[in-house]
Amino acid sequence: MAALSRKWDPLFVLVLGSLVFSCKGDVLKTSNDRTESISATKIEESSPQAADLGDLRQSDEAESNEDRKAFTPPPPNDQFQEEMVIRPLYSGDIYASFQFRTQWDTDFLHDGKKAVSHYRLFPKSLGQVLSKFSVRELHISFTQGYWRTMQWGQPFIPSPPGAELWVWFHHTVTDVDGNWKELTNVLSGIFCASLNFIDSTNTVEPSASFKPLGLGNATDHRFLRYATLPREIVCTENLTPWKKLLPCGSKAGLAVLMKSEKLFHSSFHSQAVHIRPVCKDWQCTSTAWELRQTLNVVFDLYTSGQGKKEWSLFKMFSRTLTEACPLASSSKIYVDVTDNPGGELFDLSPSSPLISTAVVLGDRRTYSVYDLTKKETFGQLRSLNLLLRWKGESDDMLRPPLHAERYVSGFGLQKGEIHTCLYNSHPYRAYPVLLLDSLPWYLRLYVHTLTVTSKTRENKPSYIHYQPSKDRLRPHLLEMLVQLPPHSVTEVTVQFERALLKWTEYTPDPNHGFYIGSSVISALVPSIVAMDTNSTRDRPLFSSFFPTKEESSYFMRVYTEPLLVNLPTPDFSMPYNVICLTCTVVAVGYGSFYNLLTRTFQVDEPSAPLAKRLANIIRRLRGVPLL
Amino acid sequence: MGLLSDPNRRKAITSLLTRLNTPICVVCYLAGIAWFMGLAFEPFTLRTYMSENAMGSTMVEERFPSGERALATAREFAAHKKKVGGMPVDWLVKTMRAQGLEVFTQSFSRNLPFPDESKERFVVRGTNVYGILRAPRAPRTEALVLSAPCSPGNSNNQAVGLLLGLAQYFRSQIYWAKDIIFLVNEHDLIGVQAWLEGYHHTNITGMGYTPLQGRAGSIQAALSLELNSDVVTSLDLVLEGLNGQLPNLDLANLFHAFCQKLGILCTIQGKLQRSDWDTVEGYTHSAQTMLLMVLKQASGRPWGEHGLFLRYHIEAASIRGVNSFRQYKTDATSIGRLFEGMVRKLNNLLERLHQSYFFYLMPSLTRFVSIGYYMPAFGLLTTILLLRALDLWVHLGTPTPVTEDGVGEGESPSSPGLLSVLTPVVISHLTGVALYTLPVLSQEMAVEHFPVSETEAVVLTAIAIYTAGLALPHNTHRLISGEGTEQGWRVLKLVALLYLAVLLGCTALINFSLGFILAVTLVPAAACVTPHVPKALSAVAMVLLSPGCTILYCVFLFQELQEVPVSLAEGWMLFLSVISQGILDHALYGSLVYPLLALLVYPCWLLFWNILFWK
Repeated sequence: MAALSRKWDPLFVLVLGSLVFSCKGDVLKTSNDRTESISATKIEESSPQAADLGDLRQSDEAESNEDRKAFTPPPPNDQFQEEMVIRPLYSGDIYASFQFRTQWDTDFLHDGKKAVSHYRLFPKSLGQVLSKFSVRELHISFTQGYWRTMQWGQPFIPSPPGAELWVWFHHTVTDVDGNWKELTNVLSGIFCASLNFIDSTNTVEPSASFKPLGLGNATDHRFLRYATLPREIVCTENLTPWKKLLPCGSKAGLAVLMKSEKLFHSSFHSQAVHIRPVCKDWQCTSTAWELRQTLNVVFDLYTSGQGKKEWSLFKMFSRTLTEACPLASSSKIYVDVTDNPGGELFDLSPSSPLISTAVVLGDRRTYSVYDLTKKETFGQLRSLNLLLRWKGESDDMLRPPLHAERYVSGFGLQKGEIHTCLYNSHPYRAYPVLLLDSLPWYLRLYVHTLTVTSKTRENKPSYIHYQPSKDRLRPHLLEMLVQLPPHSVTEVTVQFERALLKWTEYTPDPNHGFYIGSSVISALVPSIVAMDTNSTRDRPLFSSFFPTKEESSYFMRVYTEPLLVNLPTPDFSMPYNVICLTCTVVAVGYGSFYNLLTRTFQVDEPSAPLAKRLANIIRRLRGVPLL
Repeated sequence: MGLLSDPNRRKAITSLLTRLNTPICVVCYLAGIAWFMGLAFEPFTLRTYMSENAMGSTMVEERFPSGERALATAREFAAHKKKVGGMPVDWLVKTMRAQGLEVFTQSFSRNLPFPDESKERFVVRGTNVYGILRAPRAPRTEALVLSAPCSPGNSNNQAVGLLLGLAQYFRSQIYWAKDIIFLVNEHDLIGVQAWLEGYHHTNITGMGYTPLQGRAGSIQAALSLELNSDVVTSLDLVLEGLNGQLPNLDLANLFHAFCQKLGILCTIQGKLQRSDWDTVEGYTHSAQTMLLMVLKQASGRPWGEHGLFLRYHIEAASIRGVNSFRQYKTDATSIGRLFEGMVRKLNNLLERLHQSYFFYLMPSLTRFVSIGYYMPAFGLLTTILLLRALDLWVHLGTPTPVTEDGVGEGESPSSPGLLSVLTPVVISHLTGVALYTLPVLSQEMAVEHFPVSETEAVVLTAIAIYTAGLALPHNTHRLISGEGTEQGWRVLKLVALLYLAVLLGCTALINFSLGFILAVTLVPAAACVTPHVPKALSAVAMVLLSPGCTILYCVFLFQELQEVPVSLAEGWMLFLSVISQGILDHALYGSLVYPLLALLVYPCWLLFWNILFWK
């Protein structure tokens, strides 16, 4: 759209914009052709964009903004970018990550001025939510499956199994809890999910783990709400509303690949929506809103790939690509070819002349780039079907520097112990991590048993924030800052007692157990790049003595697996027996005891025989003394 | 209550109970035994049925194709096992990893308290290998376990082969909702114990193990596989676990349902189902099956690898392939399909298995006796103890026929002191403590002084202390309180009767079979014993009805029921090994039968022995 609006009158663009939505005929074709020349120049310098796909925190939006500004004289109010990253994993599985980014230079939170009423690329349903509830930042993710860090490395955007929602409200909000309650219910409707199950018993206000990712220096965690629903099951009914938020829907562009029968025939599926304020321009004089929709999916080698290490877009998604979304200012596919510099590990066809390198998640990665806005990307057949075919065996994966696992130990239904193991695989660097645990009230934590040990010695956390639970009102919140020694396992244990719930509080399937949400580990991890001494070879020596800031460490968030904990459960199938038994005991026991206790015992005069009584009556009549 | 608050009627009832005490007791005893034996009669039992809806109505199609390949894997495994001379850890890790599982190993070590002669091991070191099949789009909260032991020698190779074959087939399926753990463990039960303790991060038996690296949430069910030949004639289901725990009956139903579906012969206690329940043979058959189950349950041993899972509230069963000389043979593909079907149905579970019974006896695979039906048999036996106690109580309350209403019972001149009752109780329990601790502690000394091995030393010490206990306590109370009185033994017997009743009642609640077997032998002895019966004859009877002899009878009965009768000498050897196994089970897996017998039942029996020799 950026290209179009440059040529025509801005007013006309709006008309065309709505037209494009309804019918994508020849107009789109022409728009595609016209974009070509500009995009070609742009792709050469695509490395800053590649970098920002990895780390949300890296604030290089400003740079890319500046790029765009250079060739868009009448700046469009909003723009849309789409991209997909394909990363072959060491396990033979394949990881595809979609990112759709809509940016709009408007301000939802200005209450004084007229409300935003005209929406173009930004979804109206979300915009209205933002302004109504004064949301500053909103992050919501739906995940089905658990990211296997040890097999797959690190994800671009981590998310816990189930649903996760965290929101920063604007500091003018007075009733945060009220807004939160309403917001969850509205989002529940928008995403067709059971977010309405979020209430005060599973909401926490983390003090340190969740900082705003966008602009603004909010530190008062009273305006932050965080909740997870580990039991939430994600399926097509959540995908459809998510796709509808995209400007092109699933009609054109990368989103045509999102067919649910394939996306849900995978090992891992995660979709998310992130909304945050970002800088509009280089000087950051005003803010723009960024909506980032991400979808991550991992296809399994054995179930989707029939055990053959051979992947193609068609095999993964049962679709090929024929065009970019006509509304998108950029539309690209990145394929991670870092481990395949000379093409000895796998064949990638069609090959792309464009190569981009970036430091992603602390590692220097190389990507082949396919620009979908260019016609030659699609070749003779006018369709793009990327094919990766393995030739050799890949060697073992480098252990990710940080990973974690959690489990419940012990047996029986009275007590238990939660173990959280944090693994620092870095060979020589120690670094601190923030651990956030939010546990429901029905696990009664024995906080005095909280221990943190690394290498068999006690490891005293430098910061602990603990908020005890209140029965049926709020969960436990435990946050702490732990220093992980290099190459070590740090074990955090805490004992708990399983509460006996009221009989109406049990779920319909109480014997399944109760889900405990993932703990969240946030850390600035020393990057692999800084470890790599070979990097001096292709760089000037003077540039590499002190590690540069953005390369020396990077932000990483790790979620542990959720837990399934059995609570003592009454036998619900026998209420009748129980009622009968109790009633009998009460009736027989209570009745007779009451009888015995209250009765006054007295000696019983044996009653006189009948003849004697008759004689007495006669005697009384006669007035003589009785017998 | 109205009945009891009336002194006249109360008197009538007590006099009736005291007057007719002996006949009522005899009737109760006979009725209890008859009730129990009646449980095996088919019209009195219930037909099994699937209670769990998630497993009952869902259809599962079995498609496991590669039985032959599994057997080839088994041969390869056998070759590697032979080459390494134990568990081929590296080969297993490589194979499982090639199948796409997450593979982990756990090494463990355990020093036995004394050498286990039946399995020839003393210091055990081994490694468990397990691979986790991660279910797609599942958050690692639930898991199923399939396990096969890597046994010494040439046995059980086919089980491991089939396990690996199943793993490969399962890996390519998309429908899993729970992670599946494939466990190959070394040193059978010790390996399983180490793995389970590692998985749940507990240490209850002093096992040394390395912590587990991979987990898959809470385990919902486990199946253990034992297979020794390429083809089998029938599959045997083993349910009895540690301390007499049983898995949910639905697991047995599931097994039976799939055997029916796939046309595989299935047995329980190695006995096929018979249809002629109305004949004497039919009845005897099911009575034998049920008695075998009772004996196995009473032993408190884990009768298969599944037995150890039950402690962790994991429903588990062992399935054992039997290859006899029958014509009808089942190949590995069918067995694979049986497991596929069972695992898929367990995978469909929404909750833990909880709908069906946890307390039951099975006279055949399609019939079961629930706790409500078998408890009266035990109840009738314990009633005897209570009746005898009541009788004694009444007698104690009315020391002389002259006094009315038991007013003067407190000031009765013959009222025994507390010491005269307490002394025998304390002394017999000290004997029990000696029986519990000394055999293992003093084995070194015994080996030094006698020409026996450690195991023999332990067992013979146990028997020696047991026998010595007979000589000890019956004179001891006189050291403190002088001459025993008529009242004295009555009070002691009253205490002992109530003690035994409580003891047996608690035992039967946890492990019915053990409680019932003990009640059958101990109750008559307890009911009849007085100082006034002929000494020699009664002493012989008492010894014959003691807990130790009960074990001996059980050994013979068990062999008889298994249709491998033994001679007296062999039986005695078996008896000795049973004792050593019992002590080992207690040390290795935490079985409670040995401490129960040594610390509670034997001292209780000694109290009655004491009464017999009351002077």
